Amino acid sequence: MEILVLLILMIIGAFIATETRDLLSSVISVGAVGFLLCLAFLYLKAPDIAITQMVVEVLALIILIRATLHRDLTFVKGMRAKLGLGFSLFAVVVVTVLSIPFFQDLPKFGHPLLSEGRSVANFYLQEGLRKTGAANITTSVLLDFRMYDTLGEATILFTSILGALAILRRPSHKKVKEKDKEEALK
Amino acid sequence: MEFILCFFLLMVGLYAVVTKRNLVKIIIGLAIMEYAINLFLILIGYRKDGIAPIMTSTMDRVEFLRKAVDPLPQALVITSIVIGFGILALAVSIAIRIYERFGTFDINEIKKLKG
Repeated sequence: MEILVLLILMIIGAFIATETRDLLSSVISVGAVGFLLCLAFLYLKAPDIAITQMVVEVLALIILIRATLHRDLTFVKGMRAKLGLGFSLFAVVVVTVLSIPFFQDLPKFGHPLLSEGRSVANFYLQEGLRKTGAANITTSVLLDFRMYDTLGEATILFTSILGALAILRRPSHKKVKEKDKEEALK
Repeated sequence: MEFILCFFLLMVGLYAVVTKRNLVKIIIGLAIMEYAINLFLILIGYRKDGIAPIMTSTMDRVEFLRKAVDPLPQALVITSIVIGFGILALAVSIAIRIYERFGTFDINEIKKLKG
């Protein structure tokens, strides 16, 4: 029940974030959606994810606000051209219609796959404590059974931060000075 | 019902990505889609009246097995959240550079200013 309320609030927040004219309010509403998601994770008995989501959400909000402050606060009016908008909405509708058959294959909410017989998750729950010594099974999967995934994740994070720094780096002071000198000589 | 609402959230994100002209709005749409997918994976692993997959000393092992929610999607979603943050940081830095170069976030204007 709480999940439904949270989901509806999240959808409202997402709509406000996409439709409001002011970029700063849009960024703040997406932050509200993120914190509601954090609450939803708590209700779904996933405390580790709730903590991670909260940390990431704060950092993401800071970055997004940095991107919008003092910039383009003149509001962007209108949408894309009529024909392009029509095609885009058509694409959204097509994706929706094509997804409908897959809802029947989903397990019922509240009855996950692990409740039926021996699954991988069941094995983790049974043997996690004995094999890894971690009381928190999520952590034992993350840092023991699937360590390589976590290593890959760390690599991706490192690469993306390197990429962001390489894009945002200003040209060094010395080069700028040399350019000025050349222009002065001309 | 939960799955349908979650799918609707994904569609709101997709709508923002395909119809908006502002780069920041497009990035926000990507973030919303990412939220929806993470939430969907956790919803699949949820068990009714379940408990978090954390063992305490007072807990009976059989009862724990019967009640704990699925730990596998949780572990994978933590990875996915962090990767999503990396994507967001990279996208925002590219958007800031585009703004410095062209003086606008509007993708139509950027197209016009090319060359």
